[in-house]
Amino acid sequence: MTQAPQAPARTRAQIAARTLRRDAWWRQPAINAAGLLAIVVYLTWASLVNGDYFWKPYISPLYSPCLTSNCAPGAGFHWVPWLTALTPAILIIGGPLGFRFTCYYYRKAYYRAFWRSPAACAVREPHARYSGETRLPLILQNVHRYFFYIALAFNVILTIDAVVAFRNHAGQWGHMGLGTLVLVINAALLWLYSVSCHACRHAVGGRLKHFSRHPLRYRAWSLVSRLNAYHMQFAWVSLFWVLFTDLYIRLVASGAITDPRFF
Amino acid sequence: MTDIDEAAQVARLPYDVVVIGAGGSGLRAAIEARMAGKRTAIISKSLFGKAHTVMAEGGCAAAMGNVNPHDNWMVHFRDTMRGGKFLNNWRMAELHAKEAPERVWELEAWGAVFDRTGDGKISQRNFGGHTYPRLAHVGDRTGLEMIRTLQQKVVALQQEDAVRLGDPEAMIKVFAETTITRLLKDGGKIAGAFGYVRETGGFVVFEAPAVVLATGGIGKVFKVTSNSWEYTGDGHALALLAGATLLNMEFVQFHPTHMVWPPSVRGLLVTESVRGDGGVLRNSEGRRYMFDYVPDVFRAQYAETEEEADRWYTDPDNNRRPPELLPRDEVARANNAEVKAGRGSPHGGVYLDIASRLPAAEILRRLPSMYHQFKELADVDITKEPMEVGPAQHYVMGGVEVDADTGASVVPGLFAAGEVSGGMHGSNRLGGNSLSDLLVFGRRAGLGAAEYVDSLAGGRPAVTDEAIAAAAGEALAPLRRMSGENPYTVHGEVQEVMSGLVGIIRREDEIKTALAELERLRERAASVRAEGGLAYNPGWHLALDLRNIMLIAECVALAALERTESRGGHTREDFPEMSPEWRRINLICSLDGGRVRLRRQEMPPMREDLLALFDRAELKKYMTDEELPPAAEPADGEGTH
Amino acid sequence: MGTKVRMRVWRGDGGAGGLVDYEVEVNEGEVVLDVLHRLQATQAGDLAVRWNCKAGKCGSCSMEINGRPRLACMTRMSLFDPADAITITPMRTFPVIRDLVTDVSFNYEKARQIPSFTPDPSVGLGEFRMQQVDVERSQEFRKCIECFLCQNVCHVIRDHPENMPAYAGPRFLMRIAELEMHPADTADRRAIAQDEFGLGLCNITKCCTEVCPEGIHITDNALIPMKERVMSRKYDPVVWLGGKIARRPRRDTPKVPGGRA
Repeated sequence: MTQAPQAPARTRAQIAARTLRRDAWWRQPAINAAGLLAIVVYLTWASLVNGDYFWKPYISPLYSPCLTSNCAPGAGFHWVPWLTALTPAILIIGGPLGFRFTCYYYRKAYYRAFWRSPAACAVREPHARYSGETRLPLILQNVHRYFFYIALAFNVILTIDAVVAFRNHAGQWGHMGLGTLVLVINAALLWLYSVSCHACRHAVGGRLKHFSRHPLRYRAWSLVSRLNAYHMQFAWVSLFWVLFTDLYIRLVASGAITDPRFF
Repeated sequence: MTDIDEAAQVARLPYDVVVIGAGGSGLRAAIEARMAGKRTAIISKSLFGKAHTVMAEGGCAAAMGNVNPHDNWMVHFRDTMRGGKFLNNWRMAELHAKEAPERVWELEAWGAVFDRTGDGKISQRNFGGHTYPRLAHVGDRTGLEMIRTLQQKVVALQQEDAVRLGDPEAMIKVFAETTITRLLKDGGKIAGAFGYVRETGGFVVFEAPAVVLATGGIGKVFKVTSNSWEYTGDGHALALLAGATLLNMEFVQFHPTHMVWPPSVRGLLVTESVRGDGGVLRNSEGRRYMFDYVPDVFRAQYAETEEEADRWYTDPDNNRRPPELLPRDEVARANNAEVKAGRGSPHGGVYLDIASRLPAAEILRRLPSMYHQFKELADVDITKEPMEVGPAQHYVMGGVEVDADTGASVVPGLFAAGEVSGGMHGSNRLGGNSLSDLLVFGRRAGLGAAEYVDSLAGGRPAVTDEAIAAAAGEALAPLRRMSGENPYTVHGEVQEVMSGLVGIIRREDEIKTALAELERLRERAASVRAEGGLAYNPGWHLALDLRNIMLIAECVALAALERTESRGGHTREDFPEMSPEWRRINLICSLDGGRVRLRRQEMPPMREDLLALFDRAELKKYMTDEELPPAAEPADGEGTH
Repeated sequence: MGTKVRMRVWRGDGGAGGLVDYEVEVNEGEVVLDVLHRLQATQAGDLAVRWNCKAGKCGSCSMEINGRPRLACMTRMSLFDPADAITITPMRTFPVIRDLVTDVSFNYEKARQIPSFTPDPSVGLGEFRMQQVDVERSQEFRKCIECFLCQNVCHVIRDHPENMPAYAGPRFLMRIAELEMHPADTADRRAIAQDEFGLGLCNITKCCTEVCPEGIHITDNALIPMKERVMSRKYDPVVWLGGKIARRPRRDTPKVPGGRA
């Protein structure tokens, strides 16, 4: 009668328009789509070009750790001799890319920008069916937690790269160039992006029922929660900076610019 | 078809207990009736969980003593009686003070998440008229927490029934957006209730021997009110029409602080917690004027200097309370007087300042909805600027005359709880006592109704087709009229009359004018016409509510004329004093041949052990000499204040 | 006095209907609901609008204003260009009863399927001890006024009504999160959150958070933490192995049966 489920069959208001929104709802997904596309194009090119990614002591974050045997001399480990067909970047890109691809923020961004499901709130999506993240392949988004741990390992390596960059071109410690600064910022942004991630927030304390019984974890959770509010900003800035770092080293390595030395 | 034929086709739904109203008291009553094994229907004028209880902000008063261990039921009882100026039904005040803690703890066990003290107990806050921090709260949205908890308890019971009986609605069912327009009787006893479902406009009859009224207040009788559209005095009017009596309807609470600007939100409540947490009232000259308005009866308990008042927030045991925390009637009159004296704010209010008293972050934490409300609706940032506030109708102390222990009215089978019942709060309600009232007396009314049903054994009253036909005819009349006035116009005029002539300050000549106006308006109200059809037709609904509004307006005006004193929520400019003689008098409103009648009824004397909780000196301020207990030591209490 | 503004209001029932144009007076400081009330009082006495507190506290007057889900009582007219007509339509996800009033019974059915608060039965009245830091997460979710705007805007059911039986919607997934984070609750609703209430259908595109009039961080604080908990319960091989080795029994609380949906 009132809330009884067997109330007479009713229908929704029949409104043909896809949306009645009159603001520029298409702008944000368009910007995101353009940004992500540009990044993908650059990433693809930079990972395939297989050159100019190393200028002692700087190594591009896209190529670190440099594991394949075709790695530039002095740049890496030469551990994987049988994969010379691949560039060092392609071998490792799955780690950080997987972390970003399964990231809760990026999921929102590309579901909106590319899948258009939905493009913006209260704008009808174009698909006839929708199963969300309940089936393959999207159910695999649940591996985000493990990509988070992988990303932490990458962060450690890139931090080492930044520390190593306090040498000069000849390998002596106690020097710093603009490239050092670029790498240090790169490592810092990557840490901020990873630590502010939702999986991290869960792991450090979010999964607890009683914060009061774990005061240290509560403090950690509170800190991560504060950072988490800026996860989107960190996601964009850190990604942009990885690309910028690669570009910078590329320009230095190719001799297009000279790395200014501070000391 | 005749009405009778149609009546035979109206759905008849058999229940043991029908609770009209799905706010705090209604849900609490229904839960109790269902737990006593009774098939229970909850009738809600709006959607389930939207009741006016959500508007309660400050908290729920219960002497748990979590923050100040000196608190106990006797202190709470004394505060309640003082706040009500000793006109309270003392048995209700006693039950309320004693049972409130358990009712609050019960909510916690049902999933309510109150703010906590450092040792993990329910936190309690200060409020006007309460000696100790006593209000269990959740930020400034305590009413929402309460309604949601009770709603979820109803759902939990339905889930039990789904498992046990295979049908979640077997024992307790909510009829949302359904309005009762008549109580049906068999002989002298309640037999059921007649109403319509908003969605379809279809009629329903609930056949039940026991009806609990929990319909809340009468705000829409007045123009500036913090009450929602539902508050049209339905329960009060249904009770009158069923032969029950209303008690002390002249006592209407004008809460001192509501938004005054912009016009569209005039009357929107500004919670008393603002003052409880340190907010102060100032006039346009910047003066903290409440120190000028402390009445003699409260002189001993309130600070005389700003310094002492400010110390109280941190050291309440050694300082007296700031006068901003006087009972609501005192503060409302003071605000009114300042505005009348020309010291008001640009939009006819006074200034309530919290910005200069607390850091911005603290304001945001303690008063989030107030911040939100002013920011969104008035572009005022309360962490930076003072608020403009003024009094508005907020609550009615008067209501259905009930038995304190069971909530039973004088009509067998009719019960009432919450704002619709009268007596508990005397002439003025303390903030925070409303939510606890709902719980304590909601439960008691539910239990009372269940016991009454048991006492009937097999012989249940029956609903006749004739009664249904009469109710249906009455309900359809505004739609069937070919011509008639717009109900919105008539309602607006009633509100003007009541706000202007029977408002916060009253005078004999004005009330008489109001009564004459109401006489004329009654005829117009009886002949309004609603356009449109049956389904979800607000014009029609208002036309039906008008009957109730008119009845209540007349009761309020008659009682206000009769009581020639000033007390609590009834202020007579021509009789400014409080009279011990009048304290013994309850004014009883009833219906006789369709006309509202008023009579005086003596108040039963307070039980001795309760009387002994007060100083003789204090009682002397309120009571006649013959009522006072014999002085234990003849010299004691004489001449002291 | 005020200025005139053009309002295009959806009127009709049973899904059939359309936008009707009105010209109404608007005064300073008014909200959309004030203007709808003036319409009722002066031009359209039977215009159906659901409302109640008119203070943003009850969540009754949910509707779509210029295509955006909003509370009419909290939407100020000054937001709009007075030269343009304002379009007002009922919530799109729910069936229309009449005009701007929709049938939101879907939500009440979902509410009834979620296992209620389940405290340890041995805790007596007044004996609960909970710390403020432990209740704060649940308290944020309990600010919900059940306006159902999040349910309305969520594309999972807005654009795909066939998902309604399998999906509880943001409001009720948040209710599950609220109970799971309640320090005194003992049930485990993680498995049913995914299997019965459709948490996996949520693709965290955050429209629920965008429209919430209470500013609750539904996605970040309720839905994503629930997804992480579900991950631990259902998909994490390490947690699964650890549970096997430690022989931790699983005690999934089942969905409440007997709903007539």
